[in-house]
Amino acid sequence: MAMETTTPEGGPSPTPTPPRRVAAAAPYFLVLPGWLWLAVFFVVPIVSMVTMSLMSGSLVRGFSLTFEFGNYADAVATYWGQILRSLFYGGCATLLCIAIGYPVAYWIAFRGGAYKSTYLLLLLLPFFVSFVLRTISWGFLLADDGVLLGTLKDIGLLPDGTRVLNSAPAVVFGLAYNFLPFMVLPIYAVLERMDHRLVEAARDLYAGRVQAFVRVVLPISLPGVFAGVIMTFIPSSADYINAKVLGGTHNTMIGQVIESQYLVNNAYPMAASITFILMAVLLIGIFSYARALGTEQVMEAQAR
Amino acid sequence: MTRYDPALARGLTRARLSRRSMLQMSGLTAAGLALTACGVQGQGAKKAPDASFWEGRKSNGSLAFANWPLYMDSERTQLTQFTERTGIKVTYDEAVQENHSWFGKIQPKLANGESIGYDLMVLTNGIELTKLIELGFLAPLDHEQLPNFDANAGELYKNTSYDPGNTYTVPYTSGVTGIAYNPEYVDREITSIADLWDPKFEGKVGMMRDPQEIANFGLLLNGVDPAESTEKDWKKAVEKLEEQRDKGIVRRYYEQDYIQPLTNGDVWMSMAWSGDIYQQNAEEGTNLEFVVPEEGGTIWTDCLMIPVTAKNPVDALMLMDFLYEPEIAAGLTEYITYITPVPEAQEILKEKAAEASGKEKKELDGLVDSPLVFPTEEDYARLHNYVPLTTDNEKSFTPLFLSVTQS
Repeated sequence: MAMETTTPEGGPSPTPTPPRRVAAAAPYFLVLPGWLWLAVFFVVPIVSMVTMSLMSGSLVRGFSLTFEFGNYADAVATYWGQILRSLFYGGCATLLCIAIGYPVAYWIAFRGGAYKSTYLLLLLLPFFVSFVLRTISWGFLLADDGVLLGTLKDIGLLPDGTRVLNSAPAVVFGLAYNFLPFMVLPIYAVLERMDHRLVEAARDLYAGRVQAFVRVVLPISLPGVFAGVIMTFIPSSADYINAKVLGGTHNTMIGQVIESQYLVNNAYPMAASITFILMAVLLIGIFSYARALGTEQVMEAQAR
Repeated sequence: MTRYDPALARGLTRARLSRRSMLQMSGLTAAGLALTACGVQGQGAKKAPDASFWEGRKSNGSLAFANWPLYMDSERTQLTQFTERTGIKVTYDEAVQENHSWFGKIQPKLANGESIGYDLMVLTNGIELTKLIELGFLAPLDHEQLPNFDANAGELYKNTSYDPGNTYTVPYTSGVTGIAYNPEYVDREITSIADLWDPKFEGKVGMMRDPQEIANFGLLLNGVDPAESTEKDWKKAVEKLEEQRDKGIVRRYYEQDYIQPLTNGDVWMSMAWSGDIYQQNAEEGTNLEFVVPEEGGTIWTDCLMIPVTAKNPVDALMLMDFLYEPEIAAGLTEYITYITPVPEAQEILKEKAAEASGKEKKELDGLVDSPLVFPTEEDYARLHNYVPLTTDNEKSFTPLFLSVTQS
């Protein structure tokens, strides 16, 4: 850890100790780039967006700050359906990611042997192609008479009128597909570091396979799942590409609304207030989730 | 990794807000508020540029041109000809994909008086063009430098309602919005907008996402001329469109990506642009049909314009005029297969067809005779203009039709 060099050790040290004041200030200097980064790329945009969300006016006449809190009320009243739908789709995609991603991570970590990195590379390989292109190619795969559905219909497994593309399941599958590595990698990272002798010890103490998994492996891997959920749920709830490309009518997600409020309608204050509502909802969700699961655990797991 | 201090980690990750730091924070926020408050206003206050714009401007020997994809062949033949004639070098980018996202991209730069990196660009005669004109973001054209336009442009393309007197724009190409259908799947002839509302085609109809395009079809179905529609008509059109959507007839609202689904049968019929269907049939050998519906279709025009912050406006103006030479216009039309604003191009292509032979002759004959590329007077009579939007009535118009496509 970078901090080690600046924490004075007890006892005589071979190198001359830097003057006290410099030593005291050093951590601040070290954290300065981080603070600057946050200030430029987080605080400034957030503050300008907050102000924007409280403005009124139009693009031509200009927007002025009138503390128009009505923007928020309007946004909720008009788009609550799309907000709830986004959270629902994001949630479904996250659950799907856990269901698929956990076994994958488990298998690579414990059974991958010498080929662990190869498997990880294979997992990541599709993601070297652009996000949008990958999503569009799902459009080809899921076409009514395409590779997948066409074949299934031909051998009689699906009735003729079956449609997947431009529906809610297509959007959820698309989201789960696109964010899967963000679930697999954190779980893998935790499992990979786990001491496998713990499982052996559990077995020695007469735990069955299931018991050993539920009582030993699962609790240890939870911080990884926690991180994975955050990394998939937040971006998938806010995503708009999947809903746009794979969705149909009545599948609009809130990201699309924000995009068109900005670009089509040029209603910047409205777009900004929807953004903040989404952010608030996600933050509240994440904080209560963190409370329930405990952030301490995450920190400990990362440090091990 | 060996030494890990939980207290340090907590300190780094958790904010412990004291009363004092809270005060500092709120001070910072207030400063930020004050800063940003003056950042986003007064865009309408600028005075529109006038004829004095051209005083002291000279040709610089180069220009940058932003156009839509598939609006010039890959060899950029016409630009090469231009460079041969004038020595002016042209940087050509297929940078414009959508009117509104392009507008969103260039608006902040224009508002700051910065160059957008292009001296000539093409946008449709929609609300974005109206906004550009109202905001004073376009250079007024010097018609003394546009002799070819005055001599060769068709009467329909001069003095249009969206830009009276061609003060800021000249047409690049025009197109028709109508209905395309795939006869492989549809067993009857599609002739009207009402066919798009037929429950028999449940889940097999594509509509456009663009508020202005979709509004036209709702209005025309109700028998209203878009150019003379009122807010009351818009609401009725929205009801009609929502009915179509909620009955499950619409599969999806498309941008320009309706052609693939139309070809592979995901949708059987869709709102479509004439030239897209013509190109798809010519290049992919598909048999898609395009019709101008009984209720009427719409005609739109993609226009050439010079942003007011252009670095090389004189060169841009020269290229603008060059594109109105009949020979050049004919060459362009042969590739892009939309409607050209230069009627003489038809004669030139006819002559070329007479000289050609084999496959090329067949293609050229098809092009010259196509009502989609060279509409007759009758065809024009069935074509309507867009709903004329101003920045005032657009405030109610756009959200109305967005509510249709964003369910």
